[in-house]
Amino acid sequence: MEVNQMQRSFLEYANVLFREGFLDGQFSQLQMLADESNPDFVVEVVSLFFEDSQKLLNDLTTTLDQQNVNFKKIDAHIHQLKGSSSSIGAQRVKNACIAFRNFCDQQNVEGLSFGSSITFAFLFQLEQQIVAAGGAIPILSEFS
Amino acid sequence: MNLGMNFTSSSSSWKSNDKASDQFPAGLRVLVVDDDPTCLRILEKMLRNCLYEVTKCNRAEIALNLLRDNKNGYDVVLSDVHMPDMDGFKLLELVGLEMDLPVLMMSADDSMDVVLKGVTHGACDYLIKPVRMEALKNIWQHVVRKKKHEWKEKDFEQSGSFEEGEKCQKPLEDVDYSSSANEGNWRGSKKRKDEEDESEDRDDTSQLKKPRVVWSVELHQQFVNAVNQLGIDKAVPKKILELMNVPGLTRENVASHLQKFRLYLRRLSSASPHQNALNNSFMGPSDPTFLNGLDFQALAASGQIPSQSLATLQAATLGRSTTKSTIPVALVDQRNIFSFENPQQRNNTGKQQVNLLHGIPTNMDSKQLANLQQSAYMSQSNLVPSHTVQPQPRTQLLNDIAGTRVSRNGIDFSRSNSEMRVSKNVVPNYDVYNEINQNRNQDWTLQNVGSTYGSSLHGGPDVLRPVLVESGFSSKGQSSIPVKSLGIDQQFNSSLVDNSLRVKAEMGFENGLYSGHFGQDDLMSAILKQQEGMGPVGNEFGFDGYHLDNLPV
Repeated sequence: MEVNQMQRSFLEYANVLFREGFLDGQFSQLQMLADESNPDFVVEVVSLFFEDSQKLLNDLTTTLDQQNVNFKKIDAHIHQLKGSSSSIGAQRVKNACIAFRNFCDQQNVEGLSFGSSITFAFLFQLEQQIVAAGGAIPILSEFS
Repeated sequence: MNLGMNFTSSSSSWKSNDKASDQFPAGLRVLVVDDDPTCLRILEKMLRNCLYEVTKCNRAEIALNLLRDNKNGYDVVLSDVHMPDMDGFKLLELVGLEMDLPVLMMSADDSMDVVLKGVTHGACDYLIKPVRMEALKNIWQHVVRKKKHEWKEKDFEQSGSFEEGEKCQKPLEDVDYSSSANEGNWRGSKKRKDEEDESEDRDDTSQLKKPRVVWSVELHQQFVNAVNQLGIDKAVPKKILELMNVPGLTRENVASHLQKFRLYLRRLSSASPHQNALNNSFMGPSDPTFLNGLDFQALAASGQIPSQSLATLQAATLGRSTTKSTIPVALVDQRNIFSFENPQQRNNTGKQQVNLLHGIPTNMDSKQLANLQQSAYMSQSNLVPSHTVQPQPRTQLLNDIAGTRVSRNGIDFSRSNSEMRVSKNVVPNYDVYNEINQNRNQDWTLQNVGSTYGSSLHGGPDVLRPVLVESGFSSKGQSSIPVKSLGIDQQFNSSLVDNSLRVKAEMGFENGLYSGHFGQDDLMSAILKQQEGMGPVGNEFGFDGYHLDNLPV
């Protein structure tokens, strides 16, 4: 009961997230994918995403802090983050990736750390929003 | 559908689909490979919803093992391009060679050169992330197509089963599964082409026991080179065969391949009438980059790139000796300007430029094009009033830009000291600028380009548009413009973004040029100016407050 309620309120709140540009059409596609056999699909995937992207961003930051920055690796990270955020529909995160990827081509370390901070911020923001919506991701995973 | 009859001779994997033949796509066995767990999970779910049988793995090695252990266990492979342990293209090749299964590539990367690479490596299709359900629903078509080829070949070796094969294949083609229009699937044209091929292959069956020829990438390359040398109009199988000089290849093999090739071209050029004119001009016999041109047509026909970009690309390849892998897509954008630009623009640099502005002229040889490119950029100086243009370094720059890889989507954020990247996605973002009604000097309308490019590249323009929302690129006085341009909301306005982003936007878009509509060339010239000299140009651009060092990160 509690789970359903939370999920419902989350789904309602999702509209707000759409409006605000946190999420885009791809997220709706995900919502449509959830069915009886996979009721928590959205939650599951979103959790996966947060886990994965936080790891990615951490890796990115670590790589950036090194003496000889491996730009190829960074590019790969950003690319992957872009891919997963676009698959989820995390619009702002994705856009941030798109925007700061250029720094990679230019081998601009400052720009990259700047960009990754922004991306991280968006990620966190999204996570917060979702939690606030009552679709508390970490908590919900206990129920599923 | 009586697929069962044919199965004694052909691939046994269809046997398992016998019962499912009524709902054909259901039960299709898909192997999906992606190192990103989020995407993998999503794809798996989507594919399951399509009633496919899904196996997922996150490593290419695992995928290969699965495929090798179970040769007939899968019908189609879906693979990501960028994977840590093995390049997706490598996997593509291996699967094609060893198991000969249809392989579809996926990536968030939609840049032309990567897509092209996929095509040339033999990918059946290239899906751009985020992958939508509609795209996945149609992957079964690739399986059918491939199977059809196999059946045809194998049937020819059997005496008597040929008739059955033909009959059985007919119902498959009649099944009414249409690809979603949005896919712009440039391989979709192949389906009809294949239907027409049947009659041609039937002729070949008079000589039975023909060993199957696999038109690998290399072989096709040789074929295309030969055709290229001879000229598409003069290319006859015999001569092509001689030129190719491949032992074991018969004239008939070449003939049938040539016919398919021609149909393919015809299909592509009839995809849009405007494109037709463009294509014709670039298919001259002396064209050294014929293959590139070809693939561009394919891509264009699919709607993946607008025809103007196609022309540009072809122009670019014509105008320079480029290797296949690096395509100067940068020039694409620049061309877009010229094809879409408002004829009202003041332009008094001569006839050539005028031609450009009204559309890509046909019947131009490469030299002319190269000149045009150069002079076209020169003409930018006239179009942009407040600029003082130094033509020479500019063209040099342009060549550099063109030669370098186009950057990914997005605004070019920072100052660049070395290489300049043309922001490919800037073009579609201009879509938004129309909404901004501020003082404009000239009436650049790039909206068409934007929406075309955007919508044709992705499932919908919403993917690209948000990048530059509500950009208030007005006069220099404004303080916090492009914060929003990232979709960054007010929270971040204050601390992080203010100065740096602001300056960048100012760099690119100010100069008292226009704040409303932005022609791509204006941005280009702005970016170029930036490249030419940060110092001297600085003031003009309002660089005053800008140094990356000041970033409060």
